[in-house]
Amino acid sequence: MPRQMPKPRPKIKNPGKLFLRLSKFVGKIYSIQLIFVLVFIILSVAANIKGTAFLKDLVDVYIEPLSKQAHPDYGPLTNAILRIIGIYAIGVISTFTFSKIMIYVGQGTLKRMRDTLFSHMQDLPIKYFDTHAHGDIMSVYTNDIDTLRQMISQSIPQLINSTLTIVLIFIQMILLSVPLTIITVLMVCITLFVTRKFAGLSSKYFLAQQKDLGTLNGFIEEMMNGQKVVKVFTHEQQNIKDFDVLNDKLFESAYNANRFANYLGPVNAQIGNASYVICVIVGAMLAINGHFDLTIGALVTFLTFNKSFSMPINQVSQQLNAIVMALAGCERIFDLLDEKPEADNGYVTLVNSVENPDGSITETKKHTGHWAWKHTHQADGSVDYIPLKGDVVFDGVDFGYNEEKMVLHDIKLYAKPGQKIAFVGSTGAGKTTITNLINRFYDIQDGKIRYDGININKIKKADLRHSLGIVLQDTHLFTGTVMENIRYGKLDATDEEVYAAAKLANADTFIHQLADGYDTILTGDGGNLSQGQRQLLAIARAAIADPPVLILDEATSSIDTRTEKIVQDGMDRLMSGRTTFVIAHRLSTVRNSDCIIVLEQGRIIEKGTHDELIEARGKYYQLYTGLSN
Amino acid sequence: MLKTLSAELKEFKRDSILTPLFMLGEVFMETLIPFLMAMIIDTGIKQNNLPYIFKTGAIMMIVALLSLMFGCLGAKYGARASMGFGRNLRKGMFRNIQNFSFANIDKYNTAGLVTRLTTDVTNVQNAYQMILRMCMRAPASMICSMIACFLISPRLASIYLIAVIVLGFALGIMTVLAMKYFQAAFKKYDALNESVEENVSAIRVVKAYVRGDYEKNRFHKASSNIYEMLVKAENIIVWNSPFMQFTVYSCIVLVSWFGAKMVVGGSLETGQLTSMLTYCMNILMSLMMLSFVFVMISMSVASANRIAEVLNEKSTLDNPSNPIHEVKDGSIKFDNVEFKYNLKAEEPVLNNINLDIKSGETIGIIGGTGSSKSSLVNLISRLYDVTSGTVSVGGRDVREYDLDSLRNQVSVVLQKNVLFSGSILDNLRWGNPNATDEECIEACKLACADEFIERFPRKYNTHIEQGGNNVSGGQKQRLCIARALLKKPKVLILDDSTSAVDTATDAKIRKALSESIPGTTKLIIAQRISSVENADRIIVLNDGKIDAFDTHENLIKNNEIYRDVYESQTKGNGDFDEGGAN
Repeated sequence: MPRQMPKPRPKIKNPGKLFLRLSKFVGKIYSIQLIFVLVFIILSVAANIKGTAFLKDLVDVYIEPLSKQAHPDYGPLTNAILRIIGIYAIGVISTFTFSKIMIYVGQGTLKRMRDTLFSHMQDLPIKYFDTHAHGDIMSVYTNDIDTLRQMISQSIPQLINSTLTIVLIFIQMILLSVPLTIITVLMVCITLFVTRKFAGLSSKYFLAQQKDLGTLNGFIEEMMNGQKVVKVFTHEQQNIKDFDVLNDKLFESAYNANRFANYLGPVNAQIGNASYVICVIVGAMLAINGHFDLTIGALVTFLTFNKSFSMPINQVSQQLNAIVMALAGCERIFDLLDEKPEADNGYVTLVNSVENPDGSITETKKHTGHWAWKHTHQADGSVDYIPLKGDVVFDGVDFGYNEEKMVLHDIKLYAKPGQKIAFVGSTGAGKTTITNLINRFYDIQDGKIRYDGININKIKKADLRHSLGIVLQDTHLFTGTVMENIRYGKLDATDEEVYAAAKLANADTFIHQLADGYDTILTGDGGNLSQGQRQLLAIARAAIADPPVLILDEATSSIDTRTEKIVQDGMDRLMSGRTTFVIAHRLSTVRNSDCIIVLEQGRIIEKGTHDELIEARGKYYQLYTGLSN
Repeated sequence: MLKTLSAELKEFKRDSILTPLFMLGEVFMETLIPFLMAMIIDTGIKQNNLPYIFKTGAIMMIVALLSLMFGCLGAKYGARASMGFGRNLRKGMFRNIQNFSFANIDKYNTAGLVTRLTTDVTNVQNAYQMILRMCMRAPASMICSMIACFLISPRLASIYLIAVIVLGFALGIMTVLAMKYFQAAFKKYDALNESVEENVSAIRVVKAYVRGDYEKNRFHKASSNIYEMLVKAENIIVWNSPFMQFTVYSCIVLVSWFGAKMVVGGSLETGQLTSMLTYCMNILMSLMMLSFVFVMISMSVASANRIAEVLNEKSTLDNPSNPIHEVKDGSIKFDNVEFKYNLKAEEPVLNNINLDIKSGETIGIIGGTGSSKSSLVNLISRLYDVTSGTVSVGGRDVREYDLDSLRNQVSVVLQKNVLFSGSILDNLRWGNPNATDEECIEACKLACADEFIERFPRKYNTHIEQGGNNVSGGQKQRLCIARALLKKPKVLILDDSTSAVDTATDAKIRKALSESIPGTTKLIIAQRISSVENADRIIVLNDGKIDAFDTHENLIKNNEIYRDVYESQTKGNGDFDEGGAN
């Protein structure tokens, strides 16, 4: 058997606790199955050992006496063989049964784990995604779940299997011959000692190999990324020279690491053989001298056990290693599950409404196109209905991504329904942050934000977000048809509504030019579309949701001017009649706004219409004229 | 594929031949041990012959030592051969990639090349080690044990032969079937993970539209689907170990029954019977091993194919046999040029291009996305070859120049540019390895990079991270321009190289260039009219054709596209932020 290369064990804080938690997770669903698995493993191992032990009787009880009889009676032997067949049959059936149950336990646990992970992740706050690299989150789903699968369906059953085998073999060996057992155990100790020595030696080289591999892969990635620049600067020869140095270094360390890992196999095997040979010699001496009642049958049976003793011991150490690795993955899985979900204490909900002739509002289940906030007062349980208008007020808002560093200070602003508010200011001034507060991607530290006069903390997050449309600068699309992507804004939208939204967003024309029109399948975040086209789809998606308040992040000039015009027209149409907060990059957007808010380092430094701000000759004036000169 | 890969073995051929031979030695020695054990029991114990026992025991020890020696040699040579093979594969690929033309690079894309150089090589080198060490060992162990069995008792050995054939078939069928299911399931599995990734990166959209439950539902459906596929696949391989046990047990029972009768009948010794039972395990274990190796190898075939593909790739550009090394001046001429990225494409990317640019002229290029501006300039430094027609620089066809010389004298600042990890000076010296510090600073002053570099604490020794991620987009672009200037080129091409630089700095760079390197022909691709309006002449590209080639004043008067763009940009369509950001 090629031995697994000894990898440095990862450090985990509390393996026992982790293991217990995992057992609870599995045990909650599969406790009965697990008991059956355990029983069948025991049966399977016991049958195996019992079968091997039969060799002694075969030799001592049947063959030897029968050889001495002139007319041997094979009757008792036949019976014994039949008994063994029975025992073996139980063994095979047990093995099959526990393997079969383990499929469902293993895969079922994984499915449950994946589902739990994903569901939980959906409920985590945006902050979690800000502070964790996407690659790390993904590796929980891929690598960590994978090691978990190995642990549940392979390592643990094998560990139980091997441990049981060791115990049972040990008992059998003691029963057969105590002195030979002592020799065997001594040899096993030597094996373990040597293995540790080798693991120590090779782990040094393995660390070197990991480091060299990392360096080389980093170099490869960088150079492949810059390969065109390499060509343009005719840097190929230098590149090859640098590569060769790193590549040779990796060869050196990989060779040494693999060599030492490989040595372990033959060394262990031959210590095993030495143990076997010593037992043969000592056993033969004992058998001849008649000490310790060692019969030939007992000796050959012992030798068979001796040969099969080292394998489960190796396996136990291998599987323990695998389990520790898997527990490290488990820890990351549980870490994700332990992340606190987005808190939502809101109780004000959004309902379909009908306005009565007397001006009062009643709730209805029907889709009326009119919406109202249902505000159930906590004190007396009375209910108020407030029509959804899109009136937003910031009152002395302070915010920081963490407590130490505030990024927004004392933000005061208001938007009447249908008004357009533009944010301008340099990168890092806090424009995007403000828009992220309205839909409660982040919660403010101090001050209040009111929507139609209601503190947004009282509104259920889902309902608050339903009342807000958002078009981000980085467009994200999902794998699926164009139709499905637009419908993302309103899941029950009819095809006609989708077409209408696409027309409003100016997207209809290009969609018709796609191979399958609205049924064209987008993959890889809409990678087959241009950036402008993706933005048009994002606008259509917002349009179909038809929210009273919009948050727009205008694209910078990375798309060319003519496409930009089409996108802007779509945006303009989307904005009309809605309260809009726009992070503006375009002069015309800014000029047409009802209020321009100039931000610098998280503070509002100027506020007013275009004309007022030009008049004031402040920062806005500087920005404006700086562009026009 | 095999031929391509084995050609990379080179100095490790000897190791590759020696390794299986050593493994053979190890196996042979190991097979001897149970055989000798039978002799100790049957001759030594039965006849109470202690000296014989010691003698045979000593032989066994020697055999074990020899086996150890062979095993360790095999371990060493196997490690060297396979790791060396991996090294050579990487080396071969990397060298060939350095010869790739832009067209070759486009064909594979960056991620594809990285995977081939890293993961694929690791897969192949591990599989190779497996082949060298196990592929010989497993069958050899089986055959040696089988021979030993036949030497002891042909009758009993034939039981094993039948068992091997039956088990081999069963394992083969199960492996093939299960692999089919697993591959299908893994594909689905990858798709599931991709959708998670998509979800993670679009989490703001999901939350903004309150689609959490919708996404959960979709995910649960997909994961149930995968659960069913994997269970189906595992239900095939679940037969593996019970079947293996069944075969082993059957052999033991049969050998015990017939063996016992033979011992009683006198045609077999007790020791021989027990060594037969030991060989039984050897034989069937090797078979198991073999099926495992088979799976390992078949999994690495895809990697091997991908590596061979890169090794066999021929560059689409080659150096002429008697190249010219000196570019006379910076004049550029396009003569009836047509260009396609893919020869099979119906529509050319550039069509009927005729241009005559004098040395030292400054030329602006403007046009919408997809109007092939980059394609046009990429032909000048021969990053791609024309499909028909000719492109000349300094009065000679670009295909007559030595590639390196041409590219050193026609300097391009690519649209998608990168800096490399290292200090700013290291990066600048890509333009000219022998540039003095003063020359580097001079270039940076021209590119308006000096002002921000001086503000860094370590100035020109500031470390640039991989991909230049620790400097802003505008700073990166200015460093890239400085790097290109250090070549002191006859032609300088800026492909949308100041898009992230504010308008004022952009103007300053252009002014500096026109004053300090007046003799260099300059081609400037830009989105902003302000970046090109002061050029001597401006090319307006539309759909791969030249719509107009004239001065700013004339274009405003006569060219509709140009006028359109001009008006949209000056009438309230500008970049508000960037104007004030600096």
